[in-house]
Amino acid sequence: MSEVMDGDRMSRALTRIAHEILERNRGVDELALVGIRTRGVPIARRLARALKDINGDDVPTGALDITLYRDDLMRNPVGPQPVIRRTEIPFSIDDRKILLVDDVLYTGRTIRAALDALIDFGRPRAIQLVVLVDRGHRELPIKADYVGKNLPTSLKESVQVRLEEIDGIDEVVLESTELHGPEVKS
Amino acid sequence: MNVDAPVLPTSSQGAGVTRLRSRHLLGIAGLDAAEIALILDTAEAMKEVGTRPIKKVPALRGRTVVNLFFEPSTRTRTSFEIAEKRLSADTLSIATATSSVTKGETLIDTVRNLEAMSPDMIVMRHASSGAPHLLSRVGRAAVINAGDGMHEHPTQALLDAFTIREHKGRLAGLKVAIVGDLLHSRVLRSNVLLLNTMGADLCLCGPSTLMPPGVERFDVKSTSSIDEAVDGADVVMMLRIQQERMSGHFIPSLREYFALFGLTPERLRRAKDDVIVMHPGPMNRGVEIDSEVADGPYSVILEQVSNGVAVRMAVLYLLAGHDSAEPLKA
Repeated sequence: MSEVMDGDRMSRALTRIAHEILERNRGVDELALVGIRTRGVPIARRLARALKDINGDDVPTGALDITLYRDDLMRNPVGPQPVIRRTEIPFSIDDRKILLVDDVLYTGRTIRAALDALIDFGRPRAIQLVVLVDRGHRELPIKADYVGKNLPTSLKESVQVRLEEIDGIDEVVLESTELHGPEVKS
Repeated sequence: MNVDAPVLPTSSQGAGVTRLRSRHLLGIAGLDAAEIALILDTAEAMKEVGTRPIKKVPALRGRTVVNLFFEPSTRTRTSFEIAEKRLSADTLSIATATSSVTKGETLIDTVRNLEAMSPDMIVMRHASSGAPHLLSRVGRAAVINAGDGMHEHPTQALLDAFTIREHKGRLAGLKVAIVGDLLHSRVLRSNVLLLNTMGADLCLCGPSTLMPPGVERFDVKSTSSIDEAVDGADVVMMLRIQQERMSGHFIPSLREYFALFGLTPERLRRAKDDVIVMHPGPMNRGVEIDSEVADGPYSVILEQVSNGVAVRMAVLYLLAGHDSAEPLKA
């Protein structure tokens, strides 16, 4: 197990991403953040704070649960259904630029599901993807627009993002999963 | 488990369960408190789907659900159909006249024929208690009981509990009065089982002729005075007088019943200030409930109907996770 990011580096990465978002979109007009449950949600909230610190404007922030859109939902031979959590998007996404936020970008399947889910909420002007860590190994043609850290990994490793709001600590660690079999997080 | 907290990861990754033990939902009997909480938590997420511009998610794509109703039903059948469609399941509804089908061979034959078309789930309502249980033993599909005789109506109790939890934030410790035709009510049985499991404080009220035999085994208070039952209640649940199931004289007249057991605004004043009034429908206005109460500010009767869709989506979703396609022994 090795630490890839500590709290300081995470916070600097998010501040940098906030600046990149402002530069690319020329301000926060028509922007909205949507975090993918679970850990995309606190990251989206932190980005909203960072954007406000820089620009002074509030950016609407929502939470998206993609479980019902997963492509492996009914494919498990036996086993429990993944727990569904509430989607909360308390604003219209029509004609907005949506910043979709997740912690780790891996196969791209979660993002595919999130795109399908978002489209059911309306017709955004654009969707841009923000991830804290891009660990490679894409299985779908998906690319992030803003990346906290590019982290080359092997398939035998797993990337754990821990956040103060959920896990009590800010850190990103790389773990070997040899003993636990292949990682399932997409 | 903190039930009124927003559904955050802590509530579901902690002590809660993530699956139902049975692949059928035949009744509330057999569900424990954690499983009930899982269904209600899942229903909260499902309720949000119903508020979207596109009220449909692809979760049950390619699954076939048969709604097999041997008894008339508008609310429950429509509610299941909408729930199934919102989850993208393929559905078909079969309504059979009550009289033509009796328990036994005919039912088994009907079921075998349906099974031959390999549905994944069957939602069943039947006038005979235990019919869905029989179906679950005969077929391979997952079975959801949508009301069997005078036995159970589990999704109704779950949507009642969901509605109470939305208003009160909890179920444990609430004073719940259930008033009406207790004898013929499957809703009563499911509700008593559920609310007891979740730690509510129940009081049953009805004329002695409509008290189910063995009511003392429920281990809840019972009374024949509606004033006593409603006194200090957080929730008043009215049950329908089921004339169609009454094979003898249970009450002198409907007017007499209303005079003694009808829920009127005056009687409701004895309850807590923030009481909610519930009714599983269909209502007999002026028999068990005064129109002024049914349409009044304390009534959550139509919310119950809306919540029914979310709760049934939750049940369908959770049961679909169990694989029904175990290979047939040839």
